[in-house]
Amino acid sequence: MTTSAALTTRGLVAGYERGLPIVRGVDFTLSGPELVAILGPNGAGKSTFVKAIAGLVPIHEGTVMLGGVDATSVPPHEKIRHGLAFVPQTENVFATLSIADNLRLAADILPKAGRARQIDRVCGMFPDLADRSGRRAGALSGGQRQMLAIARALIVEPVVLILDEPSAGLSPKVVGEVFARLGEVKRSGVAIILVEQNIKAALAVADRAVILVEGQVRHEGAAAGLADDPLVAELYLGARRERTMTPA
Amino acid sequence: MNPQGLMDGLVAGTTIGLGAVGITLTYSILRFSNFAHGELISWGAYFALCVAALLGAAFGFLTTPIGPFSFGWVLPIAAIAAVALNAVLALIVDALLFSRLRARNSTVIIMVMASFGAALTLRNLLEFAFTGKPQYYTSALQIAIRLGGGIRATPDQLLALVVAVAVVGGVHLLLTRTAIGRSMRAVSENPQLADLAGVNVRQVIRIVWVLGAGLAAVAGVMAGLLIQIRPEMGLDLLLPLFAAAILGGIGSVPGAMLAGLIIGISEALAVAAVGAQWRAGVSFVILIAVLLVRPRGLFGRPE
Repeated sequence: MTTSAALTTRGLVAGYERGLPIVRGVDFTLSGPELVAILGPNGAGKSTFVKAIAGLVPIHEGTVMLGGVDATSVPPHEKIRHGLAFVPQTENVFATLSIADNLRLAADILPKAGRARQIDRVCGMFPDLADRSGRRAGALSGGQRQMLAIARALIVEPVVLILDEPSAGLSPKVVGEVFARLGEVKRSGVAIILVEQNIKAALAVADRAVILVEGQVRHEGAAAGLADDPLVAELYLGARRERTMTPA
Repeated sequence: MNPQGLMDGLVAGTTIGLGAVGITLTYSILRFSNFAHGELISWGAYFALCVAALLGAAFGFLTTPIGPFSFGWVLPIAAIAAVALNAVLALIVDALLFSRLRARNSTVIIMVMASFGAALTLRNLLEFAFTGKPQYYTSALQIAIRLGGGIRATPDQLLALVVAVAVVGGVHLLLTRTAIGRSMRAVSENPQLADLAGVNVRQVIRIVWVLGAGLAAVAGVMAGLLIQIRPEMGLDLLLPLFAAAILGGIGSVPGAMLAGLIIGISEALAVAAVGAQWRAGVSFVILIAVLLVRPRGLFGRPE
């Protein structure tokens, strides 16, 4: 008997324009409840890769499989029903809606009977949000917004949770709190893809790391010890050197 | 202040307010100024006229006036049919024109220009079919009731006020208390994030067209009942509608209704003070003043 991976991409080529791919043939597998950090220098195609998986960037070649189902052409609003939740880097909550309405909106795709239970479950994971449920999301701090965005994504009990640079704009203390929650989320059975610029913070919580350079996978392996591995510096600095040397 | 002017303004403001609610909803979700919205008001009025005529011919007893009102059951039934027919018309216009432009990621100015084209087409189709001659739902005369304080109003006018408040209240509840309303508010704020949250944005857009066209039909029937039915009736309302939508704050349903009433009253007072030829100028002055002083209007959210 074979079990399907939570998420698989095969030969993924994606980009905003057909002739200018940003992601160039990425093979990637997310097997189960693990936390995989997608790292790489600026312009490596990390965000484009996860946005293509979520359906926000056109895929020109290759496939995206979610739990064994081909989801390459599935629109974003359907992907969440296939178990994929995506938290964008910025504008990831509905600022004009209350915290409660942000959570209700996410729960609206569930059967009516289970909605309140899921909202209660997530509020149990993020008690700060429950205490402020009537407050407008736009009035929250950066860290609280990130927590709300993650909570909103977890309402549907996704199989795969993708976070695009959740540490952006947050203080180191808040980043620590957010990443600590990711560990809890993973232990609850959710597979997580974490796109990050903050290498050390990401590797501290990740099980595995994938390093993208110029839209291609240059390294894939265990996260432990990778932070001090000269390979990381080589890939990051090498990419920078290559770009500097490339004639305009 | 002339109390009768206040009453007349309130009555005129209900039509403006209902139309402005449609404008504010379509603007906040479709993100362009739909200059064809006035024509949806006209088409709504004519749909009701046609259905009422057909019903009246088939079931003559339905034309007998109901209680103190000037119309029989044909009109409420025709109004409901007009809401449905107007919604279908709006969906057809969207499918033929606006959805194609959205698919090409057309800029706002192209959408606005397309709405001008749609307005011209819809208005001229009405003129072609019905000529420019004014028409009426009923020829029955109504005696205004004394309401005290020197104010008089016909039963039809009072009914229009009640219907407008009820409809706007219903739309407000729909937006704030239901899943559809939450989806609409989410799409209004951030369509891409709404998409990621599982909201079918295309479906929300269709709902907005249906809602906006339905409200336009109600406004058209009210305008037709209280004044007259002409192909240009929507065009004449366009400036007050946009002024009310902007004064109320884009996206705010109660704001649009309140602003519609303010504009209706301001127009009535201006007519009494400086003459009817300045009526249209009032909306223009309010529009410019709001854009200069408080662009987000009375209840709009800050950018």
